[in-house]
Amino acid sequence: MKYIEEFRDPKLAQTLSRAIAAAADPARTYRYMEFCGGHTHAIARYGVEDLLPGNIAMIHGPGCPVCVLSVARVDAAIALATRHDVILCTYADLMRVPGSKFTSLIKARAEGADVRMVYSVTDALRIARENPAREVVFFAIGFETTTPPTAVALKQARAQGLGNFSVHCNHVLTPAAMRAILEGRNSGVILDGFVGPAHVSAVIGTEPYAEFTRDYGKPVVIAGFEPLDVMQAVLQLVRQTNEGRAEVENEYSRAVAPEGNRVAINIMDEVFALRDTFEWRGLGHVANSALRIRDEYAGFDAEKRFAVDLPAPRENKTCACGDILRGEKTPEQCAIFGDPCTPENPLGACMVSSEGACAAHWTYGRFRQAERAGAPA
Amino acid sequence: MNRRLDIGKGRVDLSHGAGGRAMMQLIEELFLGAFDNALLNREHDAAMFDLPPGRVVMSTDSFVVSPIFFPGGDIGELAVCGTVNDLAMGGGVPKYLTAGFILEEGFPLADLQRIVASMAAAAREAGVAIVSGDTKVVEKGHGDGIYINTAGVGVVPEGVEIAGDRARPGDVVLLSGPIGDHGVAIMSRRENLTFGSAIESDCQPLGDLVAAMLTEVPGIRVLRDPTRGGLGSTMNEIAQQSGVGIELTEAAIPVRREVKSVCELLGLDPLYVANEGKLIAICPPQDADRLLSAMRAHPRGRASAVIGRVLQDDRSFVRMVTGLGGTRMVDWMAGEQLPRIC
Ligand code: SF4
Repeated sequence: MKYIEEFRDPKLAQTLSRAIAAAADPARTYRYMEFCGGHTHAIARYGVEDLLPGNIAMIHGPGCPVCVLSVARVDAAIALATRHDVILCTYADLMRVPGSKFTSLIKARAEGADVRMVYSVTDALRIARENPAREVVFFAIGFETTTPPTAVALKQARAQGLGNFSVHCNHVLTPAAMRAILEGRNSGVILDGFVGPAHVSAVIGTEPYAEFTRDYGKPVVIAGFEPLDVMQAVLQLVRQTNEGRAEVENEYSRAVAPEGNRVAINIMDEVFALRDTFEWRGLGHVANSALRIRDEYAGFDAEKRFAVDLPAPRENKTCACGDILRGEKTPEQCAIFGDPCTPENPLGACMVSSEGACAAHWTYGRFRQAERAGAPA
Repeated sequence: MNRRLDIGKGRVDLSHGAGGRAMMQLIEELFLGAFDNALLNREHDAAMFDLPPGRVVMSTDSFVVSPIFFPGGDIGELAVCGTVNDLAMGGGVPKYLTAGFILEEGFPLADLQRIVASMAAAAREAGVAIVSGDTKVVEKGHGDGIYINTAGVGVVPEGVEIAGDRARPGDVVLLSGPIGDHGVAIMSRRENLTFGSAIESDCQPLGDLVAAMLTEVPGIRVLRDPTRGGLGSTMNEIAQQSGVGIELTEAAIPVRREVKSVCELLGLDPLYVANEGKLIAICPPQDADRLLSAMRAHPRGRASAVIGRVLQDDRSFVRMVTGLGGTRMVDWMAGEQLPRIC
């Protein structure tokens, strides 16, 4: 506990805040994207914006697993869940993500679908063991952090001959998404650098970010999820920008080794292969950006075992999640932010997860919007 | 004559709710002795009594907590404290309670006796009498052991005017002690967190604390106990009802270290975790020091603190200066973080 509090110390925060203000050149602006929803949440939850000078803008990235799931994938989850023989297991956050025509897993459940909220893939394995007469599908989402546990579960299921267990794989890759943002054709977003992922980097290491410094000239500072981590990373980014440097720096060395976690990487390689392309909400189809289950494990691949024939997905046209995930819009620029879209009544994925930019803004930051508009405090 | 109830090994069966002899026996051997008071002992369908002069407050609440026994309390104590505290938050002196039990067939009589005993103890502590009751039994599988409903009446002394819509800009917000204990006690038991087991529910009746506060500062404007939804939701209710804004100071809000750790682990925010023995008071600024001393002088309010102030704000936003020094909103809790917490 002491450990945690050290990373939220107000005196250190003030010191860092002054250092950032002193380093930032008032004659220019700085635009940094925090890739991870975990960072977005920490910034909003601790009011970090108030401790940064006005010419440093934090732009929220697509690092929120629930937010980037395309409507087609949500529809597939709902279709699977409504099959009588299936128990669909997934994380709580996914339950309320709207699919086509305002459907969601939580609504499907109310209508009788057997959807179970689990904390980890291990729970899904247990449910499969306890229900041998049912098909138990784990709807796997997440970046490189949640992928190794899914891989371990698949290996276990195969070793134990757990024939009624399968995985619907939606695991995606961080560097591919960062590249897609920098490559974005009509992207209006200009970035000066990235606050790099915390937990993801603990798995993949620092090397995968080298291309962003080398090919795009963007500094990347890997940071932990505590508010002081984020502030320290911003300070390092400002210094790099000022000095015209673009390097990968590791603020989170207490958890991230340059080579990452070899064991985790190997087990992922063993079970998963690259997909040629995958559709992301906001980023569209991105080449080599997601994983599929290898053919050796085809028997545990829900996409192969249960062909679902679905009508074309219908996106909610007014939802600006896509623009927000690309960093082109802020949540407040969505026409239905707060009315009627709120965490109680989410009309887009970014309002569902606490890591989503819309949810973070609504829950922690919306008083600023009114203040900026000149309303009295 | 029947044999006496076998409290040690016996279980509730359908006859205990059927209105016949078995039910009478349950009432006489289990409830009457424990709740022992003249009004109940008369065994009428309704209790009859006079109330001292003043306005009457009345409240009801149902309790479905799981697990029924938890560190620092059980469903029985909770059922008494919950309703007593609702009465007290209206500025009322709690007087009488009723208790309704919905028992599931097969529920151990020993557990029932334990729960009834803790209700009796809580009622004595709160200075209230349980004067009427009801027992129903549902078939196995149609309940979860035991649910309890309590209702209560109390009397508001002359000159006391407490309501959620009376907070005014400039007023001061006080809290009677550390938040999150009850919710975390329940959660750590449910999730089998061994390191969280040191935390006990704060479940306690607050009538005497309120009486002591009102003696010192009769002009208290708002009282609330932040139960389900926690401090965050309670502050939003008050802001909404009074049409004001509220600014909290995170560093001033007492939270136990263990509670912080468990919340961190489970991804909860202590601001939204339930309490069962804490209160929020809002008073005019000139009364704040006296009220704080009165609260701290009382055993149930030793760790009281000033945690914020009321602002003018048509949007009724609750905001908080974070421990880090920034500012953020404290929103209503979205969804239900912890089902069946009380
Ligand atoms: S406010 Fe709601 S509808 Fe608008 S972008 Fe965010 S999630 Fe989508």
